[in-house]
Amino acid sequence: MSAYNFAYLDEQTKRMIRRALLKAIAIPGYQVPFASREMPMPYGWGTGGVQVTAACLTPEDRLKVIDQGADDTTNAISIRKFFETTAGVETTERTGEATVIQTRHRIPEAPLGDDQILVYQVPIPEPLRFLEPRETETRRMHALEEYGLMHVKLYEDIARHGAIATSYAYPVKVEGRYVMDPSPIPKFDNPKLESAAIQLFGAGREQRIYAIPPHTRVVSLDFEDHPFVASKADHACDLCGAEQSYLDEVIVDDAGGRMFVCSDTDFCATRQAEGHRGRFSPEAAE
Amino acid sequence: MRDDVLTGGFSDAPVQSARAFRAALDALARPGRIVTLSGGAAPAPLSTAAATLLLTLCDGETPLYLAPGHDAPQVRDWVAFHIGAPIVGPGEAMFALGRWAALGRLDHYPVGTPDYPDRSATLIVELDRLAADGARLTGPGIATEARLSLPETAAFEVNRTRFPLGLDFFFTAGTALAALPRTTRVEAG
Repeated sequence: MSAYNFAYLDEQTKRMIRRALLKAIAIPGYQVPFASREMPMPYGWGTGGVQVTAACLTPEDRLKVIDQGADDTTNAISIRKFFETTAGVETTERTGEATVIQTRHRIPEAPLGDDQILVYQVPIPEPLRFLEPRETETRRMHALEEYGLMHVKLYEDIARHGAIATSYAYPVKVEGRYVMDPSPIPKFDNPKLESAAIQLFGAGREQRIYAIPPHTRVVSLDFEDHPFVASKADHACDLCGAEQSYLDEVIVDDAGGRMFVCSDTDFCATRQAEGHRGRFSPEAAE
Repeated sequence: MRDDVLTGGFSDAPVQSARAFRAALDALARPGRIVTLSGGAAPAPLSTAAATLLLTLCDGETPLYLAPGHDAPQVRDWVAFHIGAPIVGPGEAMFALGRWAALGRLDHYPVGTPDYPDRSATLIVELDRLAADGARLTGPGIATEARLSLPETAAFEVNRTRFPLGLDFFFTAGTALAALPRTTRVEAG
């Protein structure tokens, strides 16, 4: 551990990221440019989130890292080990015990408290990018609060599919001003963007940081006659029986057999430990 | 050169600045919350919290304005030795430090541009006392309402109307630190 500066990054880099984080908090939903560094992992593996986490960590923190809700995937484990090595912080898989949670594409099911920070890994921070490829234009559109194009996109969803078909990275408006990409979380998670925790977003390749302070108004874009719906698979978890959690569909054989399980592994394990059972729970041993 | 110019930096910069930043982030994300900041020490009249905040956030890339009263030779020397921030006028400042009256008119500071509202100054305002009473605060970061002993309210109301442009404030007194981002609605208590 002594071979690294605390939390890997050098102090000048951390100061630069910290200044960007403070401006991001002051202007909720606005993407602050920052001088993203190369990290010892490929782009797409959370280089932005890792830099934000590194700038926030203190030795007293307890870090949790999830990838699509799971603590035990390659990406989550390698980032957790990275900070165990370079910052010497404790890590945990329990949502309630973590002070900093870095996440890829999910918000934990358990409500977060005001002593927690949620750090998102963001691939494409600009919600208008697939509608307008030029950075100069999207920057001007944000400056003028010109978001008609986004509503046209949602309307075209309705015209083509009969409903808003966008199911993840569903655009939101923060505090009535900036339209923001919540990172590719399922739209089921959008209501949880209004939280007591500090939410920080880091996009390493695209060199942007943005944030949602606690208790900030976050509205998913919709129409009066097509209101936003936080949808999920219409099943209960097959391991813990939860009916209100976001589910992953898992193919279990070659005959089309499938099961649905909570994507939040800590939530599911906690419920199973409490005695909740689902359709496929291994009860035979008892 | 005087001894107090050479001392007062962090003894363990990575850890002390990490703890100080978390406190500052907490304060800015929850306007009205008063946190404790210590570890740095600068020549008078700088408070411990202001010195620690400068050590945490400023370096050679952040032009700093010292308002009258704080613009003293020993303060300039301390900043030069520990931080290296260029000392500039209010119009070019990324950070400004001083007492409320000395900081002067707020329209002298950069408030950002419509394309880049983040290119705005952060003011560090030294106060005699900091307490959870006085002006009523509402807005992002505040569940219902908060109270903070601000030096006045009119200037902050004007600042808020410029959103997303505007200035962000840290208030310091001794080791106490609170903050007021541009999003907060301020009403006289």
